[in-house]
Amino acid sequence: MANKIIFNVIQVIVVMAFAPLIKGILNRLKENVQSKRGPSIFQPYRDIWKLFHKDEVVSENCSWIFRLTPFVVFITPIFVTLLIPVLTGYPLFFAFMGDMLGGGFILALGGFFATLAAIDTGNPYGPMGASRTRMVGFLAEPVFMIVFFTVSFIAGSTIPYIVQKHWVTPLANFFEPSHILMLLAFLMLIIAESGRIPVDNPSGHFELAMIDESKGLEYSGRGAALMKWGGAMKFFVLCCIFLNVLVAPWGLAHGTEYWEVLLAVPLILIKIIIFVLVLVAIESSLAKLRLFRITEFLGAAFATSVAAMITGLFLM
Amino acid sequence: MSEPDLLLSFLTKLNALTGGVFLLSAFGLVAIRQMLTCLRLYVFQSLLLAISASIIGYHYASIHLFAVAALTIATKVIIIPWLLRHTVGYESYAKREISQVINIPASLLIALGITILSYCIASPLLTAAGAGIFERVNLPVGMASLILGAFAVTVRREAVPQVLGILAMENGAFFAGVSIAHTLPFIAELAAAFDVLIIALVMGLLALKIRKTLGKTAVGELIALKEE
Repeated sequence: MANKIIFNVIQVIVVMAFAPLIKGILNRLKENVQSKRGPSIFQPYRDIWKLFHKDEVVSENCSWIFRLTPFVVFITPIFVTLLIPVLTGYPLFFAFMGDMLGGGFILALGGFFATLAAIDTGNPYGPMGASRTRMVGFLAEPVFMIVFFTVSFIAGSTIPYIVQKHWVTPLANFFEPSHILMLLAFLMLIIAESGRIPVDNPSGHFELAMIDESKGLEYSGRGAALMKWGGAMKFFVLCCIFLNVLVAPWGLAHGTEYWEVLLAVPLILIKIIIFVLVLVAIESSLAKLRLFRITEFLGAAFATSVAAMITGLFLM
Repeated sequence: MSEPDLLLSFLTKLNALTGGVFLLSAFGLVAIRQMLTCLRLYVFQSLLLAISASIIGYHYASIHLFAVAALTIATKVIIIPWLLRHTVGYESYAKREISQVINIPASLLIALGITILSYCIASPLLTAAGAGIFERVNLPVGMASLILGAFAVTVRREAVPQVLGILAMENGAFFAGVSIAHTLPFIAELAAAFDVLIIALVMGLLALKIRKTLGKTAVGELIALKEE
């Protein structure tokens, strides 16, 4: 029991420590593809460090929501980390507190507060970005639901630890059509949710074209650091859900020894870096969609997820 | 699990995966904006048809289905795309966007409805015939692709995507056919393949004629019989 709590804490520490690194690697690789040298992969750490040592400026006209939001954005991915398999292939202490739907709702809570805070300040760019994020969000929501329903139809559960076992026992399950189609739909979702290129340009600095970034424009100092770090952790957690729960549980620790759990850390990082390579390929080869074309992108994701559900249901 | 069982389950899953991706490419033929991507998607769909035919052919040890696969690759993967590219002319593909009668999210939703409908139509057939594991995938997916192809013909406003819709209907019919009739005589397949080739040629030439006369292939705009 004590072991399981310690492993849970290790998971949280891994997510907190390596989330900026993954973001740094992603940024660096994207610049490399464009034949630039790019920032160091440790740049996000330096940014966060620098921001923590700066003074914070808060508008006089904003309410407690603006002050609370960085903490909510920072803490929600940590809560989700407690529920999902990051390092171990067996349930840990908090594993049965919530399923994948619960995790999705917790992440949505962070997004909800970020939206409120963006409207709170009265900066004209904030509400614009917030409403756009909501638009992407409510188009993505049905896809999330259908993916999770498909998972629960096929695997018989939405607890991530049970789901991940299903895909590889036996191995032929991995090639189930609904599995592959669901992965495709979820990949499109991750791109939409984390503001990646066909939907949003994360490295853009033009406020009128921003979707995700403009929500954090008003933050400075510690608040900005927490928002950045929280955003990086959210991306890391989404990658973990995708790779460990939906793709396959390969590379996770199955024993209860400390070295096994620690060995899983580099393995999961390698997995995420491979995924980041795929993401870089997608981001570098596609153009950003116009705002009202996003409905088509997410409509395609919805069609894919429903196709996954139909093929899954009728094969039973 | 014994060796043949394992192989069967693997083949079944692989065939089902082919079916799923086949369905997805049928959606793509309804909703993708770029002309050239549509053509490539059709080639991909035909390739999937060939894969499914060879999987089922391997399972039933039927030489006919391998012949179907070979014919599909020869005509639909190689000759038809070549024909459509060279008869219609490059300019029709260089134009990036295809206009639709119904906007894309709505037509995707209708396409989903069509898929569910075709599963509903196919399911009593499957239970009545005591269907095997391959028919369960191929019959509904093929039927869905058949109707989706017809839907693509209705909803697209360009000549080439409409042709591709008709060809996708034919693909769907074959996709359902390979699972039901795996001892279909070779001559019938040959005739069907030749038919498709002629269809593609005739319609390609027709589209060329339209483009030569009007300067574009947006057949959705041709609503009056004669300009006064």
